[in-house]
Amino acid sequence: MNAISRALETLGRATLASLAGIGHAAMLLIESSGFALTGWRRGQPVRVPSVFEQMRAIGVDALPITALLALVIGIMLGIQFVAALGEFGAQSQVVVAVAKSVTREFGALITAILVAGRSGSALAARIGSMSVSQEVDALAVIGIDPVRYLAAPALLAMLAMLPVLTLFADVVAILGAAVYSAPALDITPWAYVVQTLALLTPGDIGQGLAKSLIFAILISLIGIATGFSVRGGAEGVGRATTRAVVLSICCIVVADMIFSYFLNR
Amino acid sequence: MTNAQPLIAVDKLEAWYGSRRILHGVDFHVRAGEIRVIMGGSGSGKSTLLRHLLGLHRPRGGTIKLLGVDIGRAGAAEMLAVRRQIGVSFQGGALLTSLSVGDNVALPLRELTTLDEGTIRIMSRLKLEMVDLGGFQDLMPAQLSGGMIKRAALARAIALDPKLLFFDEPSAGLDPVVSAELDELILRLRDALRMTIVVVTHELESAFKIADTITVLDRGEILMTGTVDEVRGADNARIQDLLNRRAREVVVDADAYLRRLTEDRSRLD
Repeated sequence: MNAISRALETLGRATLASLAGIGHAAMLLIESSGFALTGWRRGQPVRVPSVFEQMRAIGVDALPITALLALVIGIMLGIQFVAALGEFGAQSQVVVAVAKSVTREFGALITAILVAGRSGSALAARIGSMSVSQEVDALAVIGIDPVRYLAAPALLAMLAMLPVLTLFADVVAILGAAVYSAPALDITPWAYVVQTLALLTPGDIGQGLAKSLIFAILISLIGIATGFSVRGGAEGVGRATTRAVVLSICCIVVADMIFSYFLNR
Repeated sequence: MTNAQPLIAVDKLEAWYGSRRILHGVDFHVRAGEIRVIMGGSGSGKSTLLRHLLGLHRPRGGTIKLLGVDIGRAGAAEMLAVRRQIGVSFQGGALLTSLSVGDNVALPLRELTTLDEGTIRIMSRLKLEMVDLGGFQDLMPAQLSGGMIKRAALARAIALDPKLLFFDEPSAGLDPVVSAELDELILRLRDALRMTIVVVTHELESAFKIADTITVLDRGEILMTGTVDEVRGADNARIQDLLNRRAREVVVDADAYLRRLTEDRSRLD
């Protein structure tokens, strides 16, 4: 009996904690949007330079690694589709298979996982160490709302840059696939790209971009919320960083599945 | 100056962490122009009182009025107006580590005023000069010594010429000479800027040197508030223990002791 009640208690506590976490993240989203839209009227403007600074850190600095990863994924998809579709003599379908799977799925997913690892963790670590050293308190007592100063620029920058990175990854991945598959299909890489462009619809690209917006909100909110809730010194910051990455990637994958289900029914 | 109305008026403040009661109905009033020291040992509740005064915690019971505004009920705009008039120097300085010392001091000016960059630069350098850190504006906080961090934090706290300055543990972690210099600096600033200053400390020497009045806090209750001489001459045993660095005699309540040993963790949360 005691064991059951203890298990129930643990379950209850975990449920309450997750609900509180979701509530906290939702509040951060509402407050950040509020500051972005009407902050300047209340004397709490979101500074444009700090948004640009975050856009550089989240977007521009991630270009090389995104390019590398997208290229490898593109080549890998090329290899798999040429082999798998070749078994049925359907090699001509490689172009459309790569084009749709990259724009609808892999571009957005790979970019989001990469950015969660790079920038979601950095957000959690930065805000977490600031909480621990009372810098967040200092901002609050100066009269600078920490959400306005730390959270809103990161959220806006993420919303702006993740779709851009996703689009970039789409292009590089398709080029990667072209480099590998064009010789196997007996066409030039250029012809491969032209064929891809003819086959893609705006809906395919739109699907990836819409997902990347959802992923952007997930990554930034999870990073920021875990950062603000850090307790217990340097060890706490470390734990929060790990938690932010693991939680973001889980949420991204689950959200991706739900999104794909509803968009492809 | 409205001497009749206190700048800080705390009435029957109650504070709890979970089921632990930290402050027991604290009354605390500070008049304009005085230097008030809140003194007490570790765990006396002085940091909790300070965090409530700064509006970082909402009071569970009682009221806190800063500059006539009830901060437990104030809206965002009202709270911002109050915060523009108070400055805080935290125990560890709490300088933003990603900004240079000069940018740290300029931060309140940049974020809360519409002054142009040239004026902000001059004003922030002026404040650094006032705390004897002239020329250090380009260093990063990590390059400063403990005493310099406290002075830089002080410069940031006075950037907007506040009416009310809070100072948490000015001498913590400093050697006696540096800590004495910091005490001098606090006195000088009060005379130069006519601020009301609240200092939280457990250092007796520093408290007696700078205080106009002292509030002695012990186990969440105010033992007394009075001038330096009144506190020195107090016949309360706990105050004398504190003044003479005597270990307090802990009276063991057998029931409470047993309860603490056997209680479930959940009850303490």
